[in-house]
Amino acid sequence: MKVHNTLATQTTRRVFATGAISVAAALALSACGGSASTAPASAEAKPDLKAAGAGVITMWVDAERSPALKDITEKFKSDAGIEVKLVVKDFAAVRDDFITQVPTGQGPDLIVGPHDWIGKFVQNGVIAPIELGDKAGQFQDSSIKAMTYNGAVYGVPYAIENIALLRNTSIVENKAATFDEVVANGKKAVAEGKATFPFLVGMDPKQADPYHLYPLQASMGSQVFGKNADGGYDAKQLLIGDAAGVEFARKLAAWGDAGEKIINSNITGDIAKEKFLAGESPYFLTGPWNVPDVQKKGIKFAVDELPTTGSQPAQPFIGVNGFFISAKSANALATNEFVTNYLTSESAQDSMYAAGGRPPALKASFTKAASDPVVEAFGKIGSTGVPMPAVPEMSAVWADWGATELAIIKGQGDPAEAWTKMADSIKSKIGG
Amino acid sequence: MPKPELRELPTTPAPAGPARPDINGSSAGQSVRPKKPTRHPDSLKGTIAKVVLLGLVDAFAVYVLMMLFLSQSWAALAVSSLVVLAINWIYLRKGGLPAKYLAPGVLFLLVFQVLVVVFSGYIAFTNYGDGHNSTKDDAISAIQLTAQKRVPDSPAYKASVLTKGNDYYLLFTDPSGKAQIGSTEQPLTEAPDAGKDSTGKATTLPGYQTLKFQEIVASQQEILKITVPVSDNPADGTLRTADGSTAYQFKPALNYDAATDTFTDTETGREYRDNGKGAFADANGETLATGWKIDVGMDNFVRAFTDPSLRGPLLGVILWTFTFSIASVALTFVMGLFLATTFNREDLRGKKVYRILMILPYSFPAFLSGLVWSGILNPEFGWLNQTLLGGANIGWLTDPVLAKISVLVVNVWLGFPYMFLVCTGALQSLPSEIDEAARMDGASAWRVFRSIKLPLLLVSVAPLLISSFAFNFNNFNVIYMLTGGGPRFADTDRDIGSTDILITLVYKVAFGQGTGRDYGLASALAIIIFIIVATISAISFKQTKALEDVN
Repeated sequence: MKVHNTLATQTTRRVFATGAISVAAALALSACGGSASTAPASAEAKPDLKAAGAGVITMWVDAERSPALKDITEKFKSDAGIEVKLVVKDFAAVRDDFITQVPTGQGPDLIVGPHDWIGKFVQNGVIAPIELGDKAGQFQDSSIKAMTYNGAVYGVPYAIENIALLRNTSIVENKAATFDEVVANGKKAVAEGKATFPFLVGMDPKQADPYHLYPLQASMGSQVFGKNADGGYDAKQLLIGDAAGVEFARKLAAWGDAGEKIINSNITGDIAKEKFLAGESPYFLTGPWNVPDVQKKGIKFAVDELPTTGSQPAQPFIGVNGFFISAKSANALATNEFVTNYLTSESAQDSMYAAGGRPPALKASFTKAASDPVVEAFGKIGSTGVPMPAVPEMSAVWADWGATELAIIKGQGDPAEAWTKMADSIKSKIGG
Repeated sequence: MPKPELRELPTTPAPAGPARPDINGSSAGQSVRPKKPTRHPDSLKGTIAKVVLLGLVDAFAVYVLMMLFLSQSWAALAVSSLVVLAINWIYLRKGGLPAKYLAPGVLFLLVFQVLVVVFSGYIAFTNYGDGHNSTKDDAISAIQLTAQKRVPDSPAYKASVLTKGNDYYLLFTDPSGKAQIGSTEQPLTEAPDAGKDSTGKATTLPGYQTLKFQEIVASQQEILKITVPVSDNPADGTLRTADGSTAYQFKPALNYDAATDTFTDTETGREYRDNGKGAFADANGETLATGWKIDVGMDNFVRAFTDPSLRGPLLGVILWTFTFSIASVALTFVMGLFLATTFNREDLRGKKVYRILMILPYSFPAFLSGLVWSGILNPEFGWLNQTLLGGANIGWLTDPVLAKISVLVVNVWLGFPYMFLVCTGALQSLPSEIDEAARMDGASAWRVFRSIKLPLLLVSVAPLLISSFAFNFNNFNVIYMLTGGGPRFADTDRDIGSTDILITLVYKVAFGQGTGRDYGLASALAIIIFIIVATISAISFKQTKALEDVN
């Protein structure tokens, strides 16, 4: 075959480039075509797994958790003959990508993430409920409660995360029950020259940190949402603006920059950690994610219960990590089998604990993990906590809540007024 | 009016192309040049290379087309086939040389620019975003899926999947060990002669075939659809299995009626209808959680200018965006030009070292510098306040006015090396005779610079200033990493602050916390940004033509 040639020197490069482009074009177009086509490719019933499109479950997981799932996926493969493909994704992108990709039919069957994603997932119709049956009783109540949304369970929990008060025992020896005592101890330590800061909590320079401050707020009887009949949060009952909330706002101003400077808006999370590691403060309000570094640094510390500021217990928000199934999984039955019968097993929960170091949600695994006093202490505090609200309306709350707390801590304006205005603003957004 | 002509940057003379053999030389008229063994267009090697490469491309294209065929993406299949055919036609025919050059670039343009722009444009006319994520059918099936509630206190059944002929049956074992069988058509009936395994789970029944797990998975779609009525009374709900080994009693909280296109609440009897806004709503306007994507026409553009939470800040943000981009370009240019002129002396020692130092900020990624600077500018612990200003508590990033100044300063720090490089290049390309001639005529250094060097310089630098303006107009990284748009405005309930520029505002609308993602509105705002930048660039480019008169 003789092909007429024109520009020999350029031909190679050009054809090559064109090849790359046509490939890219085809791929890009196919991606678009995929999103435009709405008909899910229904798998024809054939005894051959591979041909049925089954045989592989796709799971999005972040790099940290991926190794922990190796064993259990291998076990599932040898038992059921179905491969679980772990696709490592950047954790920050998982939620939005999942919402965007599920409708196209290109999404995964299964993802890992915190429970407060559920509201958005249900709102966008991308997640399927999971019926755990009797297995629900083997998990800690708080974790199942967190995974329950509108009366149905949407995820299989594996770890519970919450904050606690870390105390540097070489500066302050004894536990304190109330926040006032904590502040007094801290100030005493500063006065004695043992510390520079009476108390540390990280504040985001733009959003303060409602999550970390919530126990202090809850203890004064202020909550975000009321509960509906089945125990879930009811976004229609916004309680944050009530009298207890306003009272908390006043207290916050007193603790803030213009007051006692217990809570300092210029101390970011990184600075707070750095100062605690340097032994410059007896207290650090933080979560288990900072504990390894504190241990590495060799600081003698204790994990204390959260101090109370009022008559109620200082309940932290708990975040529960778990596994969620896509609403449009072409492999729903196999995925359900894997999630409800394998990921709920003790060995799976154990290996997730080994990878993440968070108190396991499965009671049996937690009992084993609780031999570590730090895990036990965090777990005990978590059992008193309340799940972070998963309702989609919560995102409206976070933004206003953080900005308002920041303004109050900085001493800008009247705290009571700012707090009431915040509640009105949130109400108008949720009602809108 | 100067007539438009091809402008060359004075820095580089046009490279003289290598002498090429006759491009459209037909194979008949072989020009005999036995001197240099250059690769001839019709040499065997060239032909083979072409055939092989085009073959590879086509092989891959056929593979992609097959994948598209299997995934039933007909539109993409048609378009891709046309693209492949066009490529082959372009490279296999005689002549048509311009197309051979242009094809790759045009393809790139279509795929990576036109397609993206058209798609964003399309999104701007929909309500795509949180709660309107997919099609109506998807929304209906998602609502039905989440409406299935387990009947309270109902027993958990063990289940086996059986077949008889072409029908699927579920064989249940209740907690007391009683075996029952049923299918979608056949309500639950007792199956006393079922065979049980060692755990007491009924697995076999005479006349039926029991499926193994592999077979269950292979026909999972049918098995997931099995809903076995518990009794003749539909209020008792149905038994379903999700994993092929356990079954629970479910009852829908909402029933969908396809004929009237309504959802009915089984408890309250409330009806939810399509409200025309991409959601099901009842008479009071209460909507069901999941909606779908619909076309909304110009709504998003109207909202951009009328939404009370956007309207107030939007004007301020637009003004600040202009201020920020114009000031950034002006300051970086002035600073870069000053330094370039200063360091453009032949007799300066250590010029290389100075220049390397000067270019350093340019070599840091803006992401990193933004974060570092936000640390330096922390009011209490920042190096600037603590070390330089002796513990002053100045809110560099927390005071609205100071934050704007800080953002500009950091952006100038990031941007002046680019201008320094550009101006150095342009200055070095100016012939030194001009300078000498002006000196001979007794012009001062300032006069030489202002009347001769600067106009000549602007000819080549002006287009770069315009592109720098366009870049800074959308300079997301600096703003986002340094202040995140803060400090927040007090008069809006959106998360918008005094250093937000349009692009960070769009980002917050599209992916932001606070109001949920709203791709439709974000795309509309992006189109507005495009119109602004395109208009300004077009006008500026027209203006720069005037500069060419100095040539």
